[in-house]
Amino acid sequence: MIDHQLIDTYAREISEEKQTSVISGSAASTDKRYTVLFKDYENPDELRKLAGKIKDHTLHHLDSYLEQAEVSLQRNGVQVHFADTGDDAKATILSILKDRGISKLTKSKSMAAEEIHLNPYLIEHGIECLESDLGEFIIQLDDDVPSHIVRPIIHKNRREIARTFQREGIAADYNDDPETITRRARVFLREKYMQAEAVITGGNFISAESGRLVLVTNEGNSRFGMAPSKVHIALVGIEKLVPTDKDLAVFLNLLGRSATGQQLTVYTEFISGPKDTSQPSGPEEMHVVFLNNGRTDVLESNCREILRCIRCSACQNVCPVYRQASGHAYRATYGGPVGAVLSPLLAGKEFPELADLPKASSLCGACNEVCPVDIPIPDLLLRLRDKAKREKIHSPGAPPMSPFATLATTPSLWRTAMTMSKAMNHLPIQVAPVKPLQEWLGQRTLPEWHGGDFRKWFNSRSNKSKQS
Amino acid sequence: MSSRDAIFSKIRTALTDVKAKADYPDYDSAVLYSKPRLEGTSREAFTRNFTAVSGKVVNSIADLVTFLQQNGQTRGYCDPVLMADVGNALAAAGLTVETAYDRSRYEDYQFGITRATGAIAESGSLILDDAHTSDRLAALSPWVHVGVLKESEIHRTIPDAMAGLGPSRNILWATGPSKTADVEGILIEGVHGPGLQLALFI
Repeated sequence: MIDHQLIDTYAREISEEKQTSVISGSAASTDKRYTVLFKDYENPDELRKLAGKIKDHTLHHLDSYLEQAEVSLQRNGVQVHFADTGDDAKATILSILKDRGISKLTKSKSMAAEEIHLNPYLIEHGIECLESDLGEFIIQLDDDVPSHIVRPIIHKNRREIARTFQREGIAADYNDDPETITRRARVFLREKYMQAEAVITGGNFISAESGRLVLVTNEGNSRFGMAPSKVHIALVGIEKLVPTDKDLAVFLNLLGRSATGQQLTVYTEFISGPKDTSQPSGPEEMHVVFLNNGRTDVLESNCREILRCIRCSACQNVCPVYRQASGHAYRATYGGPVGAVLSPLLAGKEFPELADLPKASSLCGACNEVCPVDIPIPDLLLRLRDKAKREKIHSPGAPPMSPFATLATTPSLWRTAMTMSKAMNHLPIQVAPVKPLQEWLGQRTLPEWHGGDFRKWFNSRSNKSKQS
Repeated sequence: MSSRDAIFSKIRTALTDVKAKADYPDYDSAVLYSKPRLEGTSREAFTRNFTAVSGKVVNSIADLVTFLQQNGQTRGYCDPVLMADVGNALAAAGLTVETAYDRSRYEDYQFGITRATGAIAESGSLILDDAHTSDRLAALSPWVHVGVLKESEIHRTIPDAMAGLGPSRNILWATGPSKTADVEGILIEGVHGPGLQLALFI
């Protein structure tokens, strides 16, 4: 019998080495974020709330902004495509590549592409598709999946990476020095960039006003991938719009700081169409594929605020559950608090498969406090728990709450239970033959029970005030 | 129904449930300014913030020559429009300077000198605009990239730089050298792009 939630079970079973990597990696990012925000601003919360309002406004008028973005992009010479499902997106991208006889491309990091499993699909159809972000490149070599939005290999250490490089022939010998690892990847990937005929990227933002696509990377991989390529295809979720260029400044100021504690990501690129004909480098053709893949279902739900997300990973870094369990425990593209909301919602008919994720949270609220677009994640988790309850989905490890509900909603029962429970102060419950109780008490000492005392105090206080 | 029509129809259906649609918030971009980063003149602030992200400001051609020679970066590319201001002086000092960027020899260029169209004081960023850069690869493949600019071209804040983007097809804000912390969170510079990002004022 499983007596733990799936994430609990996962957290118990992952290796200590992996857990240590995740804990130290995410804690460091949280500290950097806090330091830079409070050093730069007297009241960073004002900015988070402003960014949240801009995003909310955009989402509430998404049809107008998407239409405006389409017109702006086309005016810039970009070919715009719409993909209602992941399969539509994959077919669209493949046909662009096949029509132009393209068989080699590099790809920069894109969570939307992870969502629809684009790489295996392209490889299956004879396209050499190489990840160029260092972390994603290592993930691809290991046939693994990312466990973090910003640092896909947060769960790996240098020894494992060095072994991978040796095994895959990227390096002739074993060397786990991070600088050597990086240099070796640099040499290998540069050659691939130069041979590639196309580049696939995601998109951090699109300004509806100007049609500018904004891409940010620290490594410069998307820029390097784009420079020698003839064709650029950007796969962008329909929620990635902002109304104007002025708004881009708000989000760029928050994205780097929230993700890695940088004021700005190193490479912030503003792309308004294919290269000018006078330029030797850069794509001659540019496509934007707008992806739905369940986002309109989220927009229709009572958790639409999650679509404000700018994929900064601050909520993952700060979450105690994520730190213990790692992103892979969430069994979906998005892990951590954002994943606990977004993954079940994007799952559509498979919602029951992931309905346990919103329960894997102590509702401590840290994710909301660090969110650069002020998403009320704990509220959304509660709404999703309610949805699971209403749809009668049972999750392993969830304690039966109906007896407690009866107790809590029947005043006389509650009063009696509060008073009777004083008996616990005198009973040797720590030796009770109840496994969950023993496990729980094995890690903590219970304070003395004072149930019912408040009511007694309140009543005597009311009586005194009546007498005076 | 096409994917496009399906998406718009689903969005409109979804939005019928939104009772109170949020207005666009009226805000002044000044709320984004980071006062501590803006202390001093624009050039002082740029120098401080660019240095903080591992960039290096060079204030004279002589300093640039010394820096390149000390780092063993003696062969590279210079945008032809910068030969008179920069390239010729480097060649006179004994460095090998080419004015044509040959993509097939991308590893041969140890330094690349290109025109930066501006900078951002608040963030310590160089602005590279395709319309005024001879070849983006020249600012990307060499280990050392030198962005050449005038002091008058520094934007004070990020919102100022955003407002001044202009119509170019491709604009880059480069805030320091290419870097990663993917391996155990240890910061390594020079991943795909330059390991040294320099700003030269002329």
